[in-house]
Amino acid sequence: MNITVNGEEKVCEEGISLEMWVLQNGYDKKKIAVERNGNIVPKAEYENCLLGPADKLEVVTFVGGG
Amino acid sequence: MVSKEEIDAALCERHTKEVHTILSAGKVAIAGLGGLGSTIAIALARAGVGHLHLIDFDKVDISNLNRQQYRLKDIGRNKTECLKEIIQDINPYLTIKTDTVRVTEDNIQELFEQEDIICEAFDRPEAKSMLVDGFFTYFGQTKKLVSGSGMAGYASSNLIQTRKINDHFYLAGDMTNGLEKGMSLMAPRVGICAGHQANMIIRLLLGETEV
Repeated sequence: MNITVNGEEKVCEEGISLEMWVLQNGYDKKKIAVERNGNIVPKAEYENCLLGPADKLEVVTFVGGG
Repeated sequence: MVSKEEIDAALCERHTKEVHTILSAGKVAIAGLGGLGSTIAIALARAGVGHLHLIDFDKVDISNLNRQQYRLKDIGRNKTECLKEIIQDINPYLTIKTDTVRVTEDNIQELFEQEDIICEAFDRPEAKSMLVDGFFTYFGQTKKLVSGSGMAGYASSNLIQTRKINDHFYLAGDMTNGLEKGMSLMAPRVGICAGHQANMIIRLLLGETEV
């Protein structure tokens, strides 16, 4: 299935959990925030959040400095 | 000593009475009082935002002075106390609450209960991510979060922007230039990002929800 990640179409395994998707795509869970279809998903819900067709993800990766 | 009435009159003249009344009632929490947080707090104080909650566990270090709003005489003192002192030299009639604690997953709900707008101004990406997570766990439907990411070095000023991630989450910065790239933080770009965050907070207080 296809999903949209930060505005780009990506192929994604159907029914994969957000937890696994984050890991497989090389993101560091401790430094990101993920929005799915307009809502930020709390990290405690990553494992139970299953990705579906046409999902829109926005991954914010924080960088150091402040 | 300048009176509260004199300061209010000066702010009304600059900003109009309508704007001053709204900003005076504004309640903003600032998490992290480094280059971003100290600059944001002073900007909001100068604008007359009436209630500021300053949060940082750390003390002022000589290495902070290249970009943070502290003074040589502040070295070794709590950032919360020093920043409160600086703000009170600008406007002694604001309500300044301080908490000298480290923000963790366990105290987010309690720490930020009172304010309508939460400003994330940490330096470590893990801390930024943790606060966003806690915010959306407890306050995602009620409050607003204004965060910053990407302001290191001396790349173009114009790369720094404010993005609206959703109705409750605004993010300022260039999103890419961080300490990970080996760049250091310098006052001008940190100040630009701080200005973006402070202005977004003012906009939200005044009912403007677009960037």
